[in-house]
Amino acid sequence: MTATEPQADEVTDGVPVTIDGVEIMAKKGELLIAAAERHGVYIPRFCYHPRMKPVGMCRMCLVEVDTGRGPGLQPSCMLPVSDGMVVQTESDVAKKAQDGVLEFLLINHPLDCPVCDKGGECPLQDQTVAYGPGESRFVEEKRHFEKPIPISDIVYLDRERCILCDRCTRFAGDVAGDPLIHFQARGNETEVNTFPDEPFSSYFSGNTVQICPVGALTAKPYRFKARPWDLTEIASTATMDSVGSRITVQSSRNEVLRYLGVDSDPVNWGWLSDKERFSFEAWNADARLTGPLVRGDKLGNPTDSGDQLVGASWALALGKAGDALRDVDPEKVIVLGGSRMTTESQYAWAKLAKAVIGTDNVDAQLGDGPAAEVLLSLPRATIDQACAPGGTVLVVGADPKETHGALFLRLRHAAMHDGATILELNPRSSGLSQYAAQSLHALPGELGDVVGALAAGGAAGGCDADAIAAMAEALGAADAVTVVLGSGSLGEDPTVMAQAALRLAEQYPNATFLPALHRANVMGAIDAGLAPGMLPGRRRLAGSTAPDTWGSLPASAGLDAEAMLRKADAGDVEVAILLGCDPLADFPDAALAERAFNKVNHLISVDTHLNLTSTGADIVFPAAASATEVDGTFTNMEGRLSPIARKVTPPGTARPDWMIAAELAAQLADDLGFIDLDELWADFAAASPLHADLSMADIAEGGTEGVLLAGSSISRPPAPNVEMADSSDMRLIVTRKMYDAGTLLTNSPSLVELAAGASASINPAQFASLGFTDGDDVTVRSEVGSITLPVVADAGVPAGAVAIEFNQPNASAASLLDSARTVTTVSLERVS
Amino acid sequence: MATGEYVPHAPGYVDSPGTKVVSSRFGYEDSYTLDRYLATGGYEGLKKALANGPEECHGIVREGTLLGRGGAGFPAGIKWGFCPPEVWPRYLVVNGDESEPGTYKDRLLMELDPHQLIEGCLIACYAIGLSQCFLYVRGEMAIAQQRLADALNEAYEAGYVGKNILGTDFSVDIVLHWGAGAYIVGEETALIESLEGNRGMPRLKPPFFPAAVGLYGQPTIVNNVETLANLPWMLEHGAEAYKELGSETSPGTRMFAVSGHVKRPGVYEVEQGVTTYEDLIYGDDYCQGMRDGHELKMFIPGGGSAPWLFPEHVSLPLEARPVGAAGTMLGSGAIVIMDDSTDAVKACLRVVRFFARESCGKCAPCREGTSWEEKILQRILDGNGRPEDLDLLLDVADNISPGPYPVASFEAEGLDAVPFPPRQTTICPLGPSSVAPITSAIRRFRHEFEAKIGTPVEVTA
Amino acid sequence: MSRLTEANVKIAHEIIARYPRPKSALIPLLHLAQEQDGWVSDEAMAHLAELVGVTPAEVRGTCTFYEMFKLHPVGTYMVNVCTNIACQLLGGEELLHHAEKTLGIRPGGTTSDGMFTLEDVECIAACTEAPCMQVNYRYGVRLSTDDFDEIIDDLRAGRTPDKLITANPGDQIPSHGTLGLTRQHLDPDKAAGIVPPEQVTENPVWLTTTKGDS
Repeated sequence: MTATEPQADEVTDGVPVTIDGVEIMAKKGELLIAAAERHGVYIPRFCYHPRMKPVGMCRMCLVEVDTGRGPGLQPSCMLPVSDGMVVQTESDVAKKAQDGVLEFLLINHPLDCPVCDKGGECPLQDQTVAYGPGESRFVEEKRHFEKPIPISDIVYLDRERCILCDRCTRFAGDVAGDPLIHFQARGNETEVNTFPDEPFSSYFSGNTVQICPVGALTAKPYRFKARPWDLTEIASTATMDSVGSRITVQSSRNEVLRYLGVDSDPVNWGWLSDKERFSFEAWNADARLTGPLVRGDKLGNPTDSGDQLVGASWALALGKAGDALRDVDPEKVIVLGGSRMTTESQYAWAKLAKAVIGTDNVDAQLGDGPAAEVLLSLPRATIDQACAPGGTVLVVGADPKETHGALFLRLRHAAMHDGATILELNPRSSGLSQYAAQSLHALPGELGDVVGALAAGGAAGGCDADAIAAMAEALGAADAVTVVLGSGSLGEDPTVMAQAALRLAEQYPNATFLPALHRANVMGAIDAGLAPGMLPGRRRLAGSTAPDTWGSLPASAGLDAEAMLRKADAGDVEVAILLGCDPLADFPDAALAERAFNKVNHLISVDTHLNLTSTGADIVFPAAASATEVDGTFTNMEGRLSPIARKVTPPGTARPDWMIAAELAAQLADDLGFIDLDELWADFAAASPLHADLSMADIAEGGTEGVLLAGSSISRPPAPNVEMADSSDMRLIVTRKMYDAGTLLTNSPSLVELAAGASASINPAQFASLGFTDGDDVTVRSEVGSITLPVVADAGVPAGAVAIEFNQPNASAASLLDSARTVTTVSLERVS
Repeated sequence: MATGEYVPHAPGYVDSPGTKVVSSRFGYEDSYTLDRYLATGGYEGLKKALANGPEECHGIVREGTLLGRGGAGFPAGIKWGFCPPEVWPRYLVVNGDESEPGTYKDRLLMELDPHQLIEGCLIACYAIGLSQCFLYVRGEMAIAQQRLADALNEAYEAGYVGKNILGTDFSVDIVLHWGAGAYIVGEETALIESLEGNRGMPRLKPPFFPAAVGLYGQPTIVNNVETLANLPWMLEHGAEAYKELGSETSPGTRMFAVSGHVKRPGVYEVEQGVTTYEDLIYGDDYCQGMRDGHELKMFIPGGGSAPWLFPEHVSLPLEARPVGAAGTMLGSGAIVIMDDSTDAVKACLRVVRFFARESCGKCAPCREGTSWEEKILQRILDGNGRPEDLDLLLDVADNISPGPYPVASFEAEGLDAVPFPPRQTTICPLGPSSVAPITSAIRRFRHEFEAKIGTPVEVTA
Repeated sequence: MSRLTEANVKIAHEIIARYPRPKSALIPLLHLAQEQDGWVSDEAMAHLAELVGVTPAEVRGTCTFYEMFKLHPVGTYMVNVCTNIACQLLGGEELLHHAEKTLGIRPGGTTSDGMFTLEDVECIAACTEAPCMQVNYRYGVRLSTDDFDEIIDDLRAGRTPDKLITANPGDQIPSHGTLGLTRQHLDPDKAAGIVPPEQVTENPVWLTTTKGDS
């Protein structure tokens, strides 16, 4: 997991180095320890980690090096290779030094391997067993510390086991930018610890557990759960956001117990956010759906007029769904969600909707991002391009720290260590602001104006002319600009982001775009055709002929999520199908969603858990969790395909989403044309030119890099107009946090408490002029709803705006949002 | 003032015959004031430097072979030349964190002649374009801090420091900085870490050679207080005059602190190279010999980190190279004299304990090894030693500093010296320094250790 | 105890302004906090973290590395007796034992009246004057046990002990936390000017303009 892939044959411009008598070609500037490893010589180490700056602290990697002045001991983790260097990694002198270091590391170590979670996968234990002395020469009293102390809600620290390698502390400071754990005291008393009462509350804390070379750091979800030799594992992809971080899924006795980050060089470098790492708990939750549900009475008997959901057979539930869908006007069927599914399942559902049912009303986004045709018309960037050393990246409407943790770590690294320039065009300050060379905060609704002003000059969107000119200059000076394009504020209509993105593409012809949309496999959904107006393979529906295996296509392009809900609100929808989504909680206009679903005749949900919306469904199908219970493919923000692997069996009779689609097709006397994944993929490859030359095996063989599918033939649409009503009211900014009241997080015991709650943040000057004081609660009122929550002064919020976090346990900002407007405006009133 | 006298307001300093390059004002009660400094030729070296230009000034320092006085003895003029060209800014950090056991001369230089140090700093900054100077004074030296603060305030007021010094384009700020108790901060990369507000843990060289990558990653010259204090005299009198003092390879004078079991311990400024340990220990102008009724048993010739020397070595000159060849180092100029009343095990433990207490904890061999050494020695001293403990102790030491450790010759046993310096599995020399008293004491006085351990158990096959 | 007072915050800002990077001021600021309270409290560390823009954990990391910083209240006077090699040879340990008896505490302890904290310290750079000690970092040298008692008696009685050396005749022994009695003052009009390294791109002007003349 930490090893760099051997790529010796790629080296052309090499540095000859002799290691243990064998001459190898090292890369220029490469560290000796890495060069040796690439050529099969593993030098033992504890503090060295290939993704962090070496510190040379543990001294385990000492080897004898001769650069012409006689051999001497050198830490191979700190020594760049040089021409003609002669290295002995196993000479008597080197072995004596290494054995000596190992003994030093062990003398104060408790040797409690039998009760240590790391036992069996512990580098210190492995080294000791392989090379250590049979008996300790240390007869003195060992160093003592209080046994494991919680350093955060998730992580425990056992300082007696710690060997002070600085990995966790370096990660916290240099990688995550959260130096909340630190060395304290000195010398033989040195320990890692937090400041009293200030826990290691980092979104990335789990990485420290993974990289700890001993059992000093353990994570609550895994403590005492299993021994490494009981675990089996499989390579997969994290499915909590669209980064597509590579993971290893480990399980024991059909229960997933742990995710480990895998070092994918173009993607996540081995890092995971805690949300990616620990949310697997939701798949093990008691609340998982284990069988179909239909309407029924208090006795559990199915009855269409029942006021609750009761268990039912698949036959019954499928039959009811078939009845609802049979002979319905396809225009009156809507399909929402699907971004949590594998790309294969997305394809199956796209085919079911478009070729079998005949509706194009399918949208995997829920009114919180630019339309598929906008995204596909933009030249796509890779994460590596966005994070290029010395590059320029413009972050628009995105807060990767909150929504795409591993991407945040890459961007932060680029800015802090690789000289990249981050420019930020966000509604309010973000987790990247402190690393950004410049941050502009456009007032809600006026983002496109600010983009326009980058070319035309002048002030716009609440940003002054000089600041805009400075950003324009920085963009103009860059050889290549990469735009990280987010979902923007949920308080704005998605056309605002679309307008800004299309204007940027127009103004900066060399710019490339990395979509950082909310929802995990959202790019997979678009590529599979699970988007209105699209066909598999990044093609428009309009003007296309039906794929051979499809037979027919909907007559016209369908509606996006918001339009579907409006249609339902108008009483014009018969059947709504929810694919792993919860619009009542998650659609940025709760009132519209509520009205809409009240008027739908048949609500069908396909999901892993019940949620606010599906509690009111007529039929619920239990889905296998795409993350760990089905085989398939994930498509990340770059368009990179990587495998999702089935590690455990789904609970009860839960099935893969694609299989449910196929069953429904059968109910409709049709046939999706596949009964297993190979057939599905063949069907997909036939329908999608983009995937035509690719098999699932190719994706698996792509290793940690996966397979990048670039290109799209979609031409750039004109930038839409954005209508803004004149108003002096405060405009609402709604942003997402990493932890919220989402279904999976609330079903993950380790994460559920971490949602910090929403507050209304306003500019300090306005905070003062409105007479607020710290600790005040306010009622925020829009034309459609109101919520009460604390008010805080925050210099990162532009004057004239109020910023509120979405979907928090204490307040649902969705109830304020009015999707009919470009921007929701609000008033604030102190609660006495 | 007559030579061979204690200076009452400067306890520890003893005046002695010969040219005084750095301690010439110590006899004045108001030696630390600007008035006294100006009345005794102060800031003349700076004026000469400004008249000659920076390059010439650097040339004089190179030509005068000003050896660093912090311990390593590297020529300052050459160190200055290691700054990569055209990388700005460059900084000067003055190492006033004197804490090596037995050592004190920088403290006297800071307390008794702060302006001389300030002038030295200015000359260095001027010569090689250092745009800010940090004067890092050991935390425990409150008097030195106060005197330097006063002197800097006076010097700023009078236009010797700050903007457009003496009406020229030369501008530099000298900032008084002070530590908080950590011996390791005397190591130059740890000093830089500390000055950046961090834990004073040494950085690895390479890549962190301060002259190239130092404070804030910029080229940084770290010079010892005494080194810089030599500059005013050297600039005023020229390189030739400087080289007339001392030996050819070690020109100039040095401050030596001679402590322990001598009649008149003190800090003496003497010419390097031409003076011997014997001169200092037994000379009438210096320590005047051992206490009555006692003989020299051993001595530490260059600070607590230095392997010990013994009576047959006293004729060694006070010069880095021969002392290094003899198996130890001239180091910081701290000489600790131990007579026949000294318990070698106890002395050894006390020095080892110092390194164990002062280990920064960064690298494993030092963090774990020095404490282990201390525990074994304490056990032996407490009467709980085991026969195998001496070999164990030497092997633990060997894992901190592998291979033959520098040690003095032992003529009676026909054992040769192992020349300085030691090898190390550690980042910095602190851990290996803990080995010095162990190998020195066990080689010479194994019987004393064995006596404390008790009779070794004979094992027969 | 507490955050820095308003007056000390002003001093803190002056100190911070002397460094190209704020964190460099951390050790002097920790001394300032200790000067204010006699020790360094968590609240003070958290306040310093705000002032220099780092986390409290980082401040604590630095603070706990250096033995002069006390994380718990200590006596008005820190009595630091040296027992390192040069002092050991001439009675340092005996002086320490005497101090233990006189004060009735072990090293690390504080007298019940809160007057004295005793410490067994490493070399304090007065080796020729062994045995020696510092009281709040003012030296007492070549001390007999009687000298020690006299110093303690003087301090208990509120007198400045003759046997402790101060920078200027008549200087008081300040309570624990204060080091030098004067501070450096950097008058901005007289200073060369302190800027972050990234703002310096050219060589110092005098390297070219003062060559060979002045």
